[in-house]
Amino acid sequence: MIAMLVRRIIQAVLVMLVVAFISFSLFQFVGDPINNMVGQEATQQDRAELRERLGLNDPIPVQFMRFVGNAVQGEFGISYRMARPVSEVIAERLPATLELALVSGVLAITLGIVLGVYTALRRDGWFSHFIMSSSLIGVSLPTFLIGILLIYIFSVELQWLPSFGRGDTVPITDNWSTGLLTVSGWQSLILPAITLGLFQLTLLMRLVRAEMLEVLRTDYIKFARARGIRQRSINFHHALKNTLLPVITIAGLQLGSIIAFAIITETVFQWPGVGLLFINAIRFVDIPFMSAYLLLIALVFVVINLVVDLLYFVVDPRLRVTKSSSSR
Amino acid sequence: MTKTTTSSQDPYQVEPWWQRILNSDLFYDFSRRPVVVLSAVMTLLIISASMLAPWIAPHTPFDPASLNLMDGFTPPMEPNAFTGNVYWLGTDSQGRDIFSAILYGARVSLLVGFAAVGFAAILGITLGLIAGYKGGWIDTVIMRIADVQLSFPAILIALLIFGITKSLIPRELQEQAAVYVLILSIGLSDWVQYARTVRSSTLAEKNKEYVQAARLFGVTWPRILLRHILPNVMGPVLVIGTIGLALAIILESTLSFLGVGVPATQPSLGTLIRVGNEYLFSGEWWITIFPGLTLLVLALSVNLLGDWLRDALNPRLR
Repeated sequence: MIAMLVRRIIQAVLVMLVVAFISFSLFQFVGDPINNMVGQEATQQDRAELRERLGLNDPIPVQFMRFVGNAVQGEFGISYRMARPVSEVIAERLPATLELALVSGVLAITLGIVLGVYTALRRDGWFSHFIMSSSLIGVSLPTFLIGILLIYIFSVELQWLPSFGRGDTVPITDNWSTGLLTVSGWQSLILPAITLGLFQLTLLMRLVRAEMLEVLRTDYIKFARARGIRQRSINFHHALKNTLLPVITIAGLQLGSIIAFAIITETVFQWPGVGLLFINAIRFVDIPFMSAYLLLIALVFVVINLVVDLLYFVVDPRLRVTKSSSSR
Repeated sequence: MTKTTTSSQDPYQVEPWWQRILNSDLFYDFSRRPVVVLSAVMTLLIISASMLAPWIAPHTPFDPASLNLMDGFTPPMEPNAFTGNVYWLGTDSQGRDIFSAILYGARVSLLVGFAAVGFAAILGITLGLIAGYKGGWIDTVIMRIADVQLSFPAILIALLIFGITKSLIPRELQEQAAVYVLILSIGLSDWVQYARTVRSSTLAEKNKEYVQAARLFGVTWPRILLRHILPNVMGPVLVIGTIGLALAIILESTLSFLGVGVPATQPSLGTLIRVGNEYLFSGEWWITIFPGLTLLVLALSVNLLGDWLRDALNPRLR
């Protein structure tokens, strides 16, 4: 267990270093940072001096170590486009993205499990058939199209819900203002959260359904029934519990995807989060922001992967006994 | 021996290729599933209509000379208030016929989709074959990269590659290069699936007798890979490719919708939806909704086809 843990952490650190190197190379190969900083009238000598002062003449490994050192302290330089420290901009916008991701994640997991269990138990009911066929459309619909359709129905035609922004926000700490405490905040959150969570919802639902059907066929369910245990208890204590292992894996990994797909949802709904900034950064080739975002997302993914791997040990007792031979 | 003149009586006569397809298990299974047949028909319809766009589109939507601003914002199936022209699916702000724009847009979407899938497949198959056959450190390096890439969503990787490539290309060439950059970034974000599948089949194939025999004859390894192993690992690749096409089309339209895909002078379905989205609030729904529906039908049909193919080719489900 410990050996496995250590190996996982070393792997995670390695991945982070690779991503850091990609981020770092962005600065090296894309454009000349000096040109981005000095004006037209700077002399050759000024440039050389600035180059020396910023340490751009140092060997690449030294520069890379400095980059990593700064990144660990949350220091990513000044955004070319907004002329403000990248870390400051991200800290300001991150709450919006995290709140959106959290709400759609909770939505996807709860509804996904409930509908998955329902469709597995009532396999041939008309409602199950309806849900299964609409889930197929849900998988094929691109996220942005879902958003547009929802806006058209609920904002333009029915005029029930706002179509852009976060509504009113309430500051909690210095740089965390939440929209979860106001009515207009929740109203603005509904459509983006559905848009963002729908794909994950259908995915989880289909997974839970497939796993449930598999488990319900096994012998111990038959024996539980033979022992006279109530159907309800069999469904939820015996069957559902045993489907949770793959569900946790997928749910965990999808949490990362939700944060990444927030880029699309934020663009459709003009939600003021980090994803919207990232799209603009790509359009304007804002290297410091791009590299910071890249590292941030990589960190989220690596941490999630790590946590999911560790959760295996908590959920599945078999793994604690046997030697950890399989890595996944 | 008398010569048989009628081919039906000759047991050694090879059936023509279309007869072989019609008699195959796969076709029988196909013909028994109305939903799958419908998906195939819709896919073929959209593909052929968009490829024939220059001949069947009622207007040339991207030739400014043929546009009449007076025709702008004509609702579908209604005569325009000024010119009296009727358009099946209406017009956009500049009087462009939406139906023609969709035909040309689907063409760009499909071209990018097919090219990206082709690129991803060739890259993935090559790396998968080499990794599986050679093993050792090459295998480790390739599969490590694949693992790392697989843990990030494709859209993120495509966005990143797009961002980097774009910044390396001089500004004046960017518009022409956009389609190629798009193909490159979608292809690079999607090769892992092919590589993993091909690698595992290669591992199974490479110790079989026919490969050993080829090796004994002194056939060089690139030739063994291409002529002996490749034909035997292509089945799963076909399935991944079909599902990959749906994914590539969706990814392309998403990138174009985000404004980082093809330029507005050469719009794909995603670009049309992005442009039309600006008019959604003023009530001109048809500019967005019709391209959106086309995209949905296309992606859904290709997805259904891919699902069916995966089940039909999977011997375990038989």
